[in-house]
Amino acid sequence: MQPAEQRDEVEMLALMLLIRRFEERASQQYQAQKIGGFCHLYIGQEAVVAGAVAATRDDDYIITAYRDHAHALARGTNADACMAELFGKETGCSRGLGGSMHFFNRSRHMYGGHAIVGAHVPLAAGMAFAIKYRGEDRVTLCFFGDGAINQGSFHEALNLMALYKLPIVLICENNLFAMGTSVKRSTSLKQIVDRAEGYDIPGEIVDGMNFREVRDKLAEIVSSIRKDPHPAFVEIRTYRYRGHSMSDPASYRTKAELEKYRLDDPITRLRAQLTREGKLTHEQFDKIDKQAKETVLASVKFAEKSPEPPLEKLYDYTYADGAKP
Amino acid sequence: MREITYRQALNEALAEELERDPNVFLMGEEVAEYHGAYKVSQGLLERFGPKRIIDTPISENGFAGLGVGAAMVGLRPIVEFMTFSFSFVAFDQVVNNAPNMFTMSGGQFNIPITFRGPNGPAHQLGATHSHATEPLYANAPGLKICTPATPRDAKGLLKTAVRDNNPVLVLEAELLYSSKGMVELPDEELLIPLGQAEVKREGSDVSIICYAQTVQLALAAAAQLEEENISSEIVDLRSIKPLDEKAIFDSVAKTHRVVIVEQDRPFCGVGAEVCYRIQKNIFDALDAPIIRVSQEDVPMPYNERLEKAVLPNAGKLIAAVKKVCYA
Repeated sequence: MQPAEQRDEVEMLALMLLIRRFEERASQQYQAQKIGGFCHLYIGQEAVVAGAVAATRDDDYIITAYRDHAHALARGTNADACMAELFGKETGCSRGLGGSMHFFNRSRHMYGGHAIVGAHVPLAAGMAFAIKYRGEDRVTLCFFGDGAINQGSFHEALNLMALYKLPIVLICENNLFAMGTSVKRSTSLKQIVDRAEGYDIPGEIVDGMNFREVRDKLAEIVSSIRKDPHPAFVEIRTYRYRGHSMSDPASYRTKAELEKYRLDDPITRLRAQLTREGKLTHEQFDKIDKQAKETVLASVKFAEKSPEPPLEKLYDYTYADGAKP
Repeated sequence: MREITYRQALNEALAEELERDPNVFLMGEEVAEYHGAYKVSQGLLERFGPKRIIDTPISENGFAGLGVGAAMVGLRPIVEFMTFSFSFVAFDQVVNNAPNMFTMSGGQFNIPITFRGPNGPAHQLGATHSHATEPLYANAPGLKICTPATPRDAKGLLKTAVRDNNPVLVLEAELLYSSKGMVELPDEELLIPLGQAEVKREGSDVSIICYAQTVQLALAAAAQLEEENISSEIVDLRSIKPLDEKAIFDSVAKTHRVVIVEQDRPFCGVGAEVCYRIQKNIFDALDAPIIRVSQEDVPMPYNERLEKAVLPNAGKLIAAVKKVCYA
């Protein structure tokens, strides 16, 4: 396993660019009606998952909600399999049976992709429970949005995590809106991180537009959890540039607010940091970006020419033993 | 063989599976230090320790989901609901997460979890505590459901459920916990396959299709009917899903008359599905319309006399049998 501190920052920047270009292309393909159902884009939030991946090992468990394309990509799921899943193709990361909201990658320890708000937080508790049950030093990373923190499942799970001292980092990606409802209209708290206090779980606020801050803060937390299993909570303040889903024009917020965050773009910021420190030239950046665009374009071609899941396999994925009801 | 209670049979099944596989653990409200609200887990904490016999707070959604998550990474949880009436609090985990995961992940994550506990009406527990949940769960693809009626079936089905690689609901019955029956000795491995009905009594005039609490009811009615020269065949479904169509059709082909006695409500109940399949597949074998005996379609009243009126009973069942036999 690659220790976190060795993960190259330029590679992490490349990951963030891949996520952004993937989402831009997904948006375009959605508009071209190549992608069905709901489609939630991660644009603007890239530093959160990149920072988390940079702070953890490849065998740590990751689970998230429905804005999940980035988490699958960050865990090394190739863009082809991700795009093919959006297209509903058999070559997709969930064989075309999951769709945008249900990306899974067992071999990379990416446990979904869950579309009922808050319902995966108890699952994360179970994954962390299993780590402790087996006496391993892995950590579970459970991502969720600011909308999840008012669900009963979230509260029940946090109590269980604290009670059983489970090795888990609760990562609240606070992008300020649960669909169209702002945090201040949904949540009776001065700040989201205070939720953790009610369960005796330590909590911190992190700037989600700053890759290095996310990585360093999470690395510190994860290291303390590996030594002594316990839950920890981070409220990562971020922003999604697009609407809640493809069908949302996001008219509940102002242009000025969006512009303010765009000026603090996580990719631009990491790029500037690396450039200033002489670790990245403009030519190198352009090359990385070009590579990301090409990878994503190739993934569209791959998805287009991939086969549909065969009709005769319709009943093959209901029971693990092929039982017929 | 020796005679033990349904409760002891379940306890043996749990102990044997915990002993056999270190990935198996039991979790639920009061399962450890209190030994189970109905004492099914008596002695397990002392034998297997707090790591594997785990008390939870009253958070059905939370601990049912924890079980599903643990199953995603290879453990084999047994989650006890103090009663399945409380499983509604965890409904999202049981119907949305556990059975959907295998499909949604394109076959990457099967969920080997057992949800168990008493189900169906007991005695004067009122509307919230008397639900027969089987038709609700049977409507969710990906779940398997069994409903043991005897100590032997309870042990054999629970052990099979724990070993199954899918989410399985073992719907026990509070009123059966103290009932007794013959069960193989502990050193004989007892596994009863899911999806296999059992003819509990052979007969020639009518098939009485039943499961769970209605099996004893059907056997008692059959004895009474025998005195009136009506020979009843008792088919205990044992599993609701998968449903053993063959056993049902074989019996109906023999008797040509059917009464279904079920512990749930009539609307979209288990009997509706059984009835549909019989008429669709072996319509010509029928000599009379099928009659279903179920609960009345009302929330369960507390009052004892009204509760009796709501539940299926021997009188209702015998009347139905006579009607299909034109007796």
